[in-house]
Amino acid sequence: MRKVAIIGVGMTKFGENWDESFRGMVTEAGVKAIQDANIKGDEISAGYLGTMASGSLVGQEHAGALIADYMGLNPVPITRVEGACASGSIALRQGVLAVASGLHDIVVVGGVEKMTDLDTAAVSQILGGAGDQEWELFMGATFPGLYAMMARRHMYEYGTTEEMLASVAVKNHSNGVNNKHAQFQREITLEQALNSKMVADPLRIMDCSPITDGAAALVLAPLDSATSYNEKPIEVVASEQTSGTLALHDRESLTSIKAAKIAGQRAYNYAGISPSDIDIAEVHDCFTIAEIIATEDLGFFAPGEGGRAALEGKTRIGGEVAVNTSGGLKSTGHPVGATGVKQACEVAWQLRGDAAERQVKDISYGLTHNVGGSGATAVVNIFQRGY
Amino acid sequence: MAGIVGYGAYIPKYRIKSETIAEVWGEDPDRIQKGLGILEKSVPASDEDSATMSVEAARIAMKRAGIPRESIGAVYVGSESHPYAVKPTATMVAQALGTIPNLTAADLEFACKAGTAGIQICMGLAGSNMVRYGLAIGADTAQGRPGDALEYSAAAAAAAYIIGPEEESLALIEDTFSYTTDTPDFWRRPKADFPSHGGRFTGEPAYFKHVQGAFNGLMEKMDEKIDNYDYFIFHQPNAKFPRAVAKKLGVPKEKLAEGMLCPIIGNTYSANAPLALANVLDHAKAGERIFVTSFGSGAGSDAFSIKVTDKIEEKRRNGYPLSHFIENKEYITYAIYAKLRKKYKGM
Amino acid sequence: MKESISLTWRRIPERYKMYGSKCQTCSSTYFPPRSLCPKCRRKGKMEPFEFSGNGKVYSFTEIHAPPSGFEEQVPYVIAVVELDEGSRCTGQIVDAEGKDVKIGDHVEGVFRKILSDDPEGPIHYGFKFRLKK
Repeated sequence: MRKVAIIGVGMTKFGENWDESFRGMVTEAGVKAIQDANIKGDEISAGYLGTMASGSLVGQEHAGALIADYMGLNPVPITRVEGACASGSIALRQGVLAVASGLHDIVVVGGVEKMTDLDTAAVSQILGGAGDQEWELFMGATFPGLYAMMARRHMYEYGTTEEMLASVAVKNHSNGVNNKHAQFQREITLEQALNSKMVADPLRIMDCSPITDGAAALVLAPLDSATSYNEKPIEVVASEQTSGTLALHDRESLTSIKAAKIAGQRAYNYAGISPSDIDIAEVHDCFTIAEIIATEDLGFFAPGEGGRAALEGKTRIGGEVAVNTSGGLKSTGHPVGATGVKQACEVAWQLRGDAAERQVKDISYGLTHNVGGSGATAVVNIFQRGY
Repeated sequence: MAGIVGYGAYIPKYRIKSETIAEVWGEDPDRIQKGLGILEKSVPASDEDSATMSVEAARIAMKRAGIPRESIGAVYVGSESHPYAVKPTATMVAQALGTIPNLTAADLEFACKAGTAGIQICMGLAGSNMVRYGLAIGADTAQGRPGDALEYSAAAAAAAYIIGPEEESLALIEDTFSYTTDTPDFWRRPKADFPSHGGRFTGEPAYFKHVQGAFNGLMEKMDEKIDNYDYFIFHQPNAKFPRAVAKKLGVPKEKLAEGMLCPIIGNTYSANAPLALANVLDHAKAGERIFVTSFGSGAGSDAFSIKVTDKIEEKRRNGYPLSHFIENKEYITYAIYAKLRKKYKGM
Repeated sequence: MKESISLTWRRIPERYKMYGSKCQTCSSTYFPPRSLCPKCRRKGKMEPFEFSGNGKVYSFTEIHAPPSGFEEQVPYVIAVVELDEGSRCTGQIVDAEGKDVKIGDHVEGVFRKILSDDPEGPIHYGFKFRLKK
């Protein structure tokens, strides 16, 4: 198997992109990544596109062919992959496998979601499809509701508090201020978060990631030839994907996402490193509780300690491990299919030293953690400099 | 003759006080409470209807009967608020009880007496051995036009009776008699949201004439007298009518007490007399006799003579007594009531 | 939310009466039902198994932002319930607000409308839970 590197990254502004279309956003992100990689379009031999629900959100299936066409890449095969909110990371992993196997040399990876063409209730229902339609959503559960039940259980078992949850949102908004791609480039206070509208008790609106439009893209190449395109390639050291039960009620524990925990352990093993070697992590904070659980599942903190660690600032830039330097899903926004790819963009920028005011110093390893649904799919990737 | 092998009744949790409704329409709450004799009424939750309440009541009846569910040969649900205009409530109930598929099922409608009509049909089927057990349910989530006198009374509940062989019965149904004419005292056209009624016309030519007709008819048929009964139940559209008819017929008012639910539950339409009977059965002793007279507008009355057997104690122990639902209540405001009853435009 | 007639019809036995499944090999019970035991896979043998509807609250939330079709029920409580016969499932807790519910509370199954938002469409019924008093 060949080692694989990211040689180009690009993304659109995340937000309510009223004037941007599904195909337009992917094209913009793709062109930026290809420019960053210094390649010619003719060199691309395959592509993978992650989108969770283009069919429901904009009525467009067959999204791979659409993008090959609009990027001017015909007859390059572009394959759409779907794993709910982890679709983007799965696309990345498929690209990594394609390059590692030797079948393809230059592969483009995209992630996109166009979510603001429908009203909020309709979008909630579509996102609900990431859970068990017949046995969770049909009963009136929502995604905030499922994560709220995880939060309730975390509070019950470990004494996690609403302040701890809110501190995650405050930190991610603070990081997002310095990210020009972020949907919300503004600080929030703990009081604002704690007094915001209740969505699914105990989760308030400030515990939830927003509805967002956006796209992100990467270009992959074999590591051994990567520097011929880009002087700062980023090596994909490990890429692990796991599955868990679709419905939350079938989990042994609601305070950990088992699939993500296993993906993390496998990624560390594959890379030959341990959690303490990770300096920056982009984790899946679709809700504040999800970041707390992620930092425990990834071994940064002991089970039950994630909330306290967040409150004490251990996950801030300059803390023990800088979590969600981009602003996370909370502040950058969460166009579901794009999120996993965006996480890799942020880690690449950080490793290259291109993260401007939010730059973390002395990074060896960066990690991305991307979860589909309430934890039925998880992808953990580990990156380091390839130069 | 057939008898009652199991019974169960259900009342939703929510209540609205007459004074709360009176306040909205500028009425004197004392006058309403004294005039109709209704202090409060039950209100169904937004996810309850006649089908769901029927299932709740029937599940209790099945527990008490202690019979295999496959042995139910007939299910009849009487209601004026069936969830569908076309599609039976009875099939939903049968499915939810697991009594499917070898049975007959149908919905009944006869204003407030569709429940007792179902009991009579099941008596015929069980008494003639066409089925071993029949399930008769009266259930309603009645609606009154906002501001109308009916708004103080139209309530929600369900009562279920499993009718079967005499020897398995907790109460024998000794005989029944009905009195029926075409009397338009109360009606609702297909597309109307709320019923219309004849005001004072609903009294003398409708309620009183038919209730007395059935009562006297059964007494004469059985050659019985008031003294031989321990409890009397008359249909309760309000608390005033049953007391007035009892007085006319010479029934002592103490014998009405156990069955008088209207003041605290309201008029539960098809569940009305069956619900009252459930409360009496919850308290009655072996050997006691109960005389029930229902009334349905349109109009008709069914009278029943019932004798409690020594199986009552062991059977009623299984399943919630009606007092469980009477006592477990929560008062709501008129605004919440209007939300639950979908009276807001755009819902 | 729209659910097709045939899907609703297929699920009626399970939603009305909580018919689940039990693996005869490992004795694990499953609600919602499964056709393959995820523990025993091909060595398992699944048989229908009826749940009582009794259980305990494992976790819960009060929903304030509903999906399509649930608007008129807001706020409502939804819970993961640990069933007495094993297995957990998701369902609403009726006649209660979030403040009335605690983890570990005993519940019993009730039959309620799940969705009835389309005035010309079918009414979807199924199990929910009620706190045991």
